[in-house]
Amino acid sequence: MAELAEVPVPPSGEILAQLGELKRIAIVPSLNEEASIGRVIDEIRAFDRGFDIVVVDDGSTDRTAGIAADRGANVLRLPFNLGIGGAMQTGYRFAFERGYDLAVQIDGDGQHDPAQLPPILGPVLAGEVDVCVGSRFAEGSGYQSSFARRIGIRLFAYVVSAVVRQRVTDTTSGFRAVNRKGIALFAADYPHDYPEVEATVMSVKHKLRLREVPVVMRQRAGGASSITAFRSVYYMAKVLLAIFVGLFRRYAVPLEEEHHR
Amino acid sequence: MTPLPVSIAAAVASFLLLLIVFELIRSRRLRERYALLWLLTGGVLLALSVWRGGLNTIASWFGVETYPPAILGAVGALFILAVLLHYSTVISRLSDQNTILAQRLALLEQQQREGATGSSR
Repeated sequence: MAELAEVPVPPSGEILAQLGELKRIAIVPSLNEEASIGRVIDEIRAFDRGFDIVVVDDGSTDRTAGIAADRGANVLRLPFNLGIGGAMQTGYRFAFERGYDLAVQIDGDGQHDPAQLPPILGPVLAGEVDVCVGSRFAEGSGYQSSFARRIGIRLFAYVVSAVVRQRVTDTTSGFRAVNRKGIALFAADYPHDYPEVEATVMSVKHKLRLREVPVVMRQRAGGASSITAFRSVYYMAKVLLAIFVGLFRRYAVPLEEEHHR
Repeated sequence: MTPLPVSIAAAVASFLLLLIVFELIRSRRLRERYALLWLLTGGVLLALSVWRGGLNTIASWFGVETYPPAILGAVGALFILAVLLHYSTVISRLSDQNTILAQRLALLEQQQREGATGSSR
């Protein structure tokens, strides 16, 4: 397990107290994460037992779903691989239909440490933002990465920041917290394939308030990254195209609760 | 050299293709992942029809001295083949997934019937 670094974190107790009676859920997308999924679930519970957990198993061929179910998590087992976007949206649909007020996204591979949740939860709990993203690159997080990867990350950060007219440093971070408004939007519409970049743009375009906070992420504990070098060109082209076309779409603010709670 | 009207017609046609693909994506009738090849097709054809000297050079590489626009047709055909092949793989995947869905539905319905009769006892 990687050690936690020196990021200023608001007192956990304060955040936990604010969580209070909120109906809250952790959405954990997983693809072949039998090595880490158990620990991720334990860590979420160690942070706060009040979080319900839904593991979205995106067509794993290992024991991911079984391990998650044994630990008492809700498990949504997709019949085949939908890709991270389809899996995340499944989690948000679950959260929306079950009437959750607050959702956090935590990857099943162990790179997101639930102990880092307080800074991400803080702005959402305070009602200051609708979506809060944990950034590896925002000031004070000190992230190391390969050169090629940095270029791509920089490019996306630049493009996304320009489009949303707000500084965004870590567009591919899947470590997020959203309120009910965000849950409703993402349940209704979530980008496909490689969704985080587009989800960031989409949130802002839908007039959701978004903020980044610095967090430290760990090295992946198990599984393989969904973005291999071979696919990264395709990935960049596809996401840039989506962002570009998105500029010409008209967006509506998501409808207030259609479903009864 | 390529006759000018041919270049203009080809340029207009490929530009229209790009425009239509763009509009299809914008109105969410075409997903980005399935549009990339079409955009590449339109882009390459547009480039070849506007860049007339280049088309000439490429034609001479292949010994096509009399009528360079034949290269346009050949490139277009090649891209269409690529798109079709790509769609064949997409259809194959969809049909596999469809089978899985139908099987899962059948199993679920059976489970549900079992549950219904079980509770009415």
